[in-house]
Amino acid sequence: MRYLPLTQIDRDAMLGVIGVATIDDLFVDVPEAARLDGPIHGLPMHASEMAVERHMSALSRKNLTAGDAPFFLGCGAYKHHVPASVDHLIQRGEFLTAYTPYQPEIAQGTLQMLFEFQTQVARLLGTDVANASMYDGSTACWEAIGMARRITKRGKAILSSGLHPHYVSVAKTMAKFTGDALETSAPTLGADTDIDALIAAIDKDTSCVVVQYPDILGRIADLKPLADACHANKALLIAVVTEPVALGAIKAPGEMDADIVVGEGQSLGVGLQFGGPYVGLFGCKEKYVRQMPGRLCGETLDADGRRGFVLTLSTREQHIRREKATSNICTNSGLCALAFSIHMTLLGEAGLRQLAAINHAGAVAAAERLSQVPGVELVTTSFFNEFTLKLPVEARPIVRTLADRGILAGVSLGRLYPGEDALANGLVVAVTETTTAEDVETLAAALQEVLA
Amino acid sequence: MSINASGWRPEAPISGGKASPTTTGNKALMLEEALIFEIGDTTTTGVDLVEPVAATSRLGDLARTASIGLPGLSEPETVRHYTRLSRQNYGIDLGFFPLGSCTMKHNPRLNEKMARLPGFADIHPLAPVQTVQGALEVIQQLAHWLVTLTGMDSVAMSPKAGAHGELCGVLAIRAALEARGEGHRKIILVPESAHGTNPATAAFAGYSVEDIPATADGRVDTEKLIARLGPDVAGVMITNPNTCGLFERDMRVISDAVHAAGGLVYCDGANFNAIVGRVRPGDLGIDAMHINLHKTFSTPHGGGGPGSGPVVFSKALSPFAPLPFVEKTDDGFHLVEEETAGEHHAGAFGRMVAFHGQMGMFTRALTYILSHGADGLRQVSEDAVLNANYILRSLDTTLDAPFGGSGPCMHEALFSDENLADGFSTIDVAKGLIDEGFHPMTMYFPLVVHGAMLIEPTETESKAALDQFIVALRSVAERAKAGDVSLKSAPHFAPRSRLDETLAARKPILVWKDPGLAQAAE
Repeated sequence: MRYLPLTQIDRDAMLGVIGVATIDDLFVDVPEAARLDGPIHGLPMHASEMAVERHMSALSRKNLTAGDAPFFLGCGAYKHHVPASVDHLIQRGEFLTAYTPYQPEIAQGTLQMLFEFQTQVARLLGTDVANASMYDGSTACWEAIGMARRITKRGKAILSSGLHPHYVSVAKTMAKFTGDALETSAPTLGADTDIDALIAAIDKDTSCVVVQYPDILGRIADLKPLADACHANKALLIAVVTEPVALGAIKAPGEMDADIVVGEGQSLGVGLQFGGPYVGLFGCKEKYVRQMPGRLCGETLDADGRRGFVLTLSTREQHIRREKATSNICTNSGLCALAFSIHMTLLGEAGLRQLAAINHAGAVAAAERLSQVPGVELVTTSFFNEFTLKLPVEARPIVRTLADRGILAGVSLGRLYPGEDALANGLVVAVTETTTAEDVETLAAALQEVLA
Repeated sequence: MSINASGWRPEAPISGGKASPTTTGNKALMLEEALIFEIGDTTTTGVDLVEPVAATSRLGDLARTASIGLPGLSEPETVRHYTRLSRQNYGIDLGFFPLGSCTMKHNPRLNEKMARLPGFADIHPLAPVQTVQGALEVIQQLAHWLVTLTGMDSVAMSPKAGAHGELCGVLAIRAALEARGEGHRKIILVPESAHGTNPATAAFAGYSVEDIPATADGRVDTEKLIARLGPDVAGVMITNPNTCGLFERDMRVISDAVHAAGGLVYCDGANFNAIVGRVRPGDLGIDAMHINLHKTFSTPHGGGGPGSGPVVFSKALSPFAPLPFVEKTDDGFHLVEEETAGEHHAGAFGRMVAFHGQMGMFTRALTYILSHGADGLRQVSEDAVLNANYILRSLDTTLDAPFGGSGPCMHEALFSDENLADGFSTIDVAKGLIDEGFHPMTMYFPLVVHGAMLIEPTETESKAALDQFIVALRSVAERAKAGDVSLKSAPHFAPRSRLDETLAARKPILVWKDPGLAQAAE
C-alpha cells in the first residue's frame, strides 16, 4: 500500500515500545460488539495507481466536457480560460498541503496571499474590506442576510426576483431555522429588473434588500436608487455578484453604495468543476467589519519590527466565541482564493477590463445573431455577458435535444423555475472569451432547425 | 577527473564569524517578497487577449469608469511572486505536520491528476443530466463507500466543509423533531471538550447549548449526560474519537439513553481516521455524522480549504436529508432537486448550497478510497493509532500526559504544559519546534487540558520521521522544563519571528492602502 510507510518490522518494534502485544490491544476501548474483525465485506480491496486511473478515466469519459462542445451555460458558473501558470502555482506543495495559517511565522506565504486577495476582492467589489473567503456565493449570500439581521436587529429580508433561485433556496432553508422572514418572488420574462418594486417594498422592519447584479436573467440596472431607499429606512443593501468578470466593465456595487457585497469567485482561476469547490467573496463597509463572518487576515509586525501577516479579529469566530460566534464557518476556500488571486494578478486591471470587454462584445454579437433565428426574441436589453432569449416553445426540451447533438445551449428557465409556466420559454445564454463565432453560428443553425 | 577542474577549492569556513545583515533582507534561499500592490501596476498584464469584436455596448450608463486599482504582473513575475510566497509556508510535502484533530496526512498526487481530468474539471453544474452521467456516478460511488464504511443508511453529499456538515446534521435533527411535533426540544448537549464549531452550529440552528463536563479520564461524563436528558433536550453532539484522542467507551450507552429520552445523536466525525475500517459509527447508535473528506480521505487542506463535509444519516434521519442528491434508476443517474423531491422525498429540510457540493473533492476522495480499498483503509486506522501511541509512550516520561494512565489513545496523543518551568507554556514548545524544522502540534485545544498539546501523526509518517520528531520534541521540552529563555523568543530561524497579534487586532489593517494616498487623506 503505497501511501503507508510502516513496515511490519516497524510495527512490531513500535508495539514493543508501547508495551502491547498486538494492534487490537490499542482498540480495547471500542466495545466488543462494535469491533469489525476484518475488512468490510462487499467493498473492493486496494488497487494500483494504474487500475484506479483506468477506473476514474472511464467515468470521466461519460461526461460531455464543456471544452468539447459549443458551450453557453452560465447562471452562477462560467467557463473562462484559466492561464496554465495558475494551476501550476496552486499545486506547489507549500500551498496545496498547508493548513489554515495558525502558526503565522511559518505560514507567511498563505497569509500574505490572503491579504492580497482581500485587497483585490475589496477593490473589485468596491467595498472597504473583504474577508479571506467563504464556501461559495450561495452561502456567502445567506451569511450576509444573517449579518444584516445582527446589524439592524430586524428580521425581514427582501430578496429580489432576480436573485439566483438556488441562492434563494439556500436562504429559505436557513431562514426556516433562524426565524428570518424572507420576501421572495419569481422573475418576469422582461427587460426590466424589479428595482422599483423592491424600493416600494422596503419598510421599517426590513433588515436588508438582496439584489443580484447582473441578475439571473443577465440584466443590469443602477443600484444607487435602491441603496438610497434602503438607507432612508435604515436597512442594508446586499448585492450579489455571480460573475466577477462583469466588474471589469460595469460599476461595482460598492461604488453604488451597497453595504455588503458578496459573490461567487469561480470565474477567476477556479474552473467549472460541476459546481464545487468554488470560492465565496465577501466584502462590506468598514464600519460593519466586526459583524463579518469568516476569517480575516491582517497586517502586523514581528518581534524584530518586520511587516508580517496574521489571522485577526478572531473574537468573531467559533473557535473563540463558540455559540456566540458570527458564523460557524471554519475551513473556507483557501486554495480557490489563491487561484482567484493569481488569475487576478496575471490579468491586472488592464487585463480584466480587456477580458470584460471581450465578454461583453461577444455576448452582444451573439444576442443579435441568436435573436435573428425565427421565433426567437431577445428579452434582455442591458446585460454583460449573459442574456435571456424567449423561444416560441418551452426551452427545456430544446436544451435536451441540442445536448443530444453535442451543443450545450444554455440554461433553461424551466430547469431553474420548474412549474413557473410564464418562464418556461426562457433560455439564459452566456458568452465568454472561450466562445467562438463558429460556436454561435452552430447554435443559431441548430436552434433554427429544431424550432422549425 | 573532478568536475571542478579550475583548481579552486573552498576554504575552510571561518569559525566564530558572524554574518552581517544583507542589504536586501534576503537570506540566501529565504527571499523577502513585496506585495503585488508594491511591485505591480494597473497597466501591466500577464495574459495575451484578443481585441473585442465590434459591437454596440449594452451596458447602458453603468460602465465602470473610475480606476479599480488592481495591479498586474507579467507571467514570469507572477510565477516568481507566488513561488517566493510559497517558500514561506510549511506543508506536509515539506515535513512532519502533527496538527491534532486536523489529520494532515500525505496528499497523493494521483488524486490531483484525476480531479483535473477534463471530464470532471470542465463540466457545468447545470449541464443537462444526460451529459454528466459520469459525474453523477462518481457521487453515487463515493456515497456508497461512505454509507458502507460508516454502517449508516444514507448520505448528504453537498455540505462544503466540516462545519457545514455539522449544520446539515443538526438541521436534519431539528426537522425530524419538528415532524414528530417535538419542536419544543430546544437544548443540545455538547461536551466541554468539543471543537468550537459544535456550539456555534447548534446556536445557528436555533438551539441553546449546554456543556457536559468531562471525567478525569478525558471522556464525557456519562452519568451527568444521562441525568440531563429530558423532554427539553433535542440531542447531543459528541466527537468520537473525542478531541482528547480517546474513544468514548460509553458511546452506545449514551446513544441508547438519548434515543430513549426522545433525542437524537450527532457525531462529529472529524476524527474518523482513527476508526475507519475498524468501527462503523452506525453500530454505535449515531444518527448523523459528517465526514471531513479533507481529513480522513486525504483531499488537500490548501492552506485553509476547500474542504468537503458529507453527512451520513441513520434511518430515522434519512427522510430529512437536504437536496440535492443522486438517484439511480434503470435509465441512468438522476439529480433529485426541488422539482422532483416532493414525489418521494418530501421531508427534505431544504438546500444548503447552490449546486451539488465539492465535486473536485469527491473525485479526489474516491480516487484515494479506491487506491486503499477496504483492506487498506483498515490499515490506515491501525497505523494512525499505532503512530499516535508510539508518540504517547515515547514522550510520556518527558511531558505530562494527562490521560496517559487511562489506556491507549486513538489517533492523537495529548500532553499538557503541567511540568514546564514557571513562565513557560505550550506556545514556547511549539515555537521551539518550528526552529527544529517541524510544524507544531495543535496548541491550547482541547480546552479541558491546561496548555494542551495535541499531536496527530497520521498513518503516512514513517517510523524514522516519528523518531526524529520525538528526539526534537524531547529536547525542546527539556529546555522548557529547564527555563531556557531563548525559547521565549523562538522561532529564531523562521521567515518571521513572533508576530504581534494584539497590534493586528487593535488597529486592524485588512487591505493594502497606497501609503502616498493614505498620507494625503490624513
